Amino acid sequence: MTAALLVLVFLGGWEIYARSGAVDDLILPAPTQIADAIGHDHHLLWDNFLVTASEVAVGLLAALVLGFGLAVTLHFSRTARRAVYPLLVGSQALPVVVIAPLLLVWLGFGLGPKVVIIALVCFFPIVVTTLDALRGVDADTLKLLRTMDATRWQAFRFAELPAAAPAALSGAKIAVAVSVIGAVFAEYAGSESGLGHLILQAIPQLQTARAYAAVVILAALAVALFYLLSAAERWLNPRTGGTPS
Amino acid sequence: MRRATDEGGVLLEGVSKVFGTLRVLDDVSLHAGPGEVVAVVGPSGCGKSTLLELACGLQTPEAGTIRAAPAVLMPQRDSLLPWAGALDNAALPLRLKGQNRATARAGAHETFATFGLAGFEGARPHELSGGMRQRVAFLRTLLAGKPVLCLDEPFASLDALTRQELQTWLADALQTEPRTVLLVTHDVEEALVLADRVLVLSPRPGTVRATLEVELPRPRSRTDPALVALRERALGELVA
Repeated sequence: MTAALLVLVFLGGWEIYARSGAVDDLILPAPTQIADAIGHDHHLLWDNFLVTASEVAVGLLAALVLGFGLAVTLHFSRTARRAVYPLLVGSQALPVVVIAPLLLVWLGFGLGPKVVIIALVCFFPIVVTTLDALRGVDADTLKLLRTMDATRWQAFRFAELPAAAPAALSGAKIAVAVSVIGAVFAEYAGSESGLGHLILQAIPQLQTARAYAAVVILAALAVALFYLLSAAERWLNPRTGGTPS
Repeated sequence: MRRATDEGGVLLEGVSKVFGTLRVLDDVSLHAGPGEVVAVVGPSGCGKSTLLELACGLQTPEAGTIRAAPAVLMPQRDSLLPWAGALDNAALPLRLKGQNRATARAGAHETFATFGLAGFEGARPHELSGGMRQRVAFLRTLLAGKPVLCLDEPFASLDALTRQELQTWLADALQTEPRTVLLVTHDVEEALVLADRVLVLSPRPGTVRATLEVELPRPRSRTDPALVALRERALGELVA
């Protein structure tokens, strides 16, 4: 309710500013012009949305699998933690803008390089939140399990895994926004479709409203994914999971 | 050092424990015969919890010998798994023995009901009252099927009224399910209501100041003059 009101005030202010003539509508179209573009171009936007949404979905899923697997490996091996953690932090400093074209040359123009780029920008927060959850499992719980003759695998299966799974989703929530940006970068580097590709084409064609419409849809995609992940997190652990409400 | 004893008791002789440069326990001896309840009282930080971890085999002593039948720990905080329902939490040791979820649930359910938990099978820990959580945690400890139970301040987090209620309840539960129990507490009255023997520990490094035999019939009344007299004695030893 409050969120809706806030959005309304923001859009109202934007509309007035854009219509006042203070700024060229090729630079900043009014919200109503963007809405018109969404209505007018909905076929085009929808087709490209499907492309980008599937890139983001596959990329995030790959990041989840990769990030979770890495966190578990790091949790079990101190050596790996010492050796690999700095590399993981370093990997986040890789300028995606620079490596995206290289990946394209390497992996072709299909889904592959997009997934790699999205996974690369997304997996780190997943590793961090998952590893923290694994290491944060109550020491008393682990002692108790040992006195109940639990094996290391059982301690993982019954105490650590259930704590880590929602934490991985929580990391994915943090990564959602950058996953969409990653998709746009990947499409900028070379693609024939997708919302990023659409933006890249619309701007030189002076279809600014269409570019903004694509941005609005990208934002909506991020919001939808965020709430989807929140719901999954809540389902896994009703106490700690959830949306900020 | 640690050998399983057939008779189901616990014997610690001249046990010392050091963490780094911190001497936590010094020359502590303790005996709990099969089916006996032995309480350990002492000020905070006197090594009471360490004593239980030693008896459970989670720690090894620097000096002394420990002979204990297989023991299971009930930690100070209930340590229930927050994502699992009450019945699944109670049935955890059965799962660890390799039973599938349905068998484990069925195995835990009968006692679950007699513990006054019926109707809360699917309730997650945060939906339960403090007293109920402790009952679930105690049931989980029982279902581990070990002859020795190590209870670390099981009622410390409860309000006074619930604590008294649960002390009476635990005394009853141990009548029907007799086990060797090591009970750590800072509550002298709790120790006297529940235990056959009470050890009073000194501040760190913990040493045994006094051993009180509590030869009173059960169920015990808190206002029994004999119990009150023992309480005065134990408190005297604690502050000495």
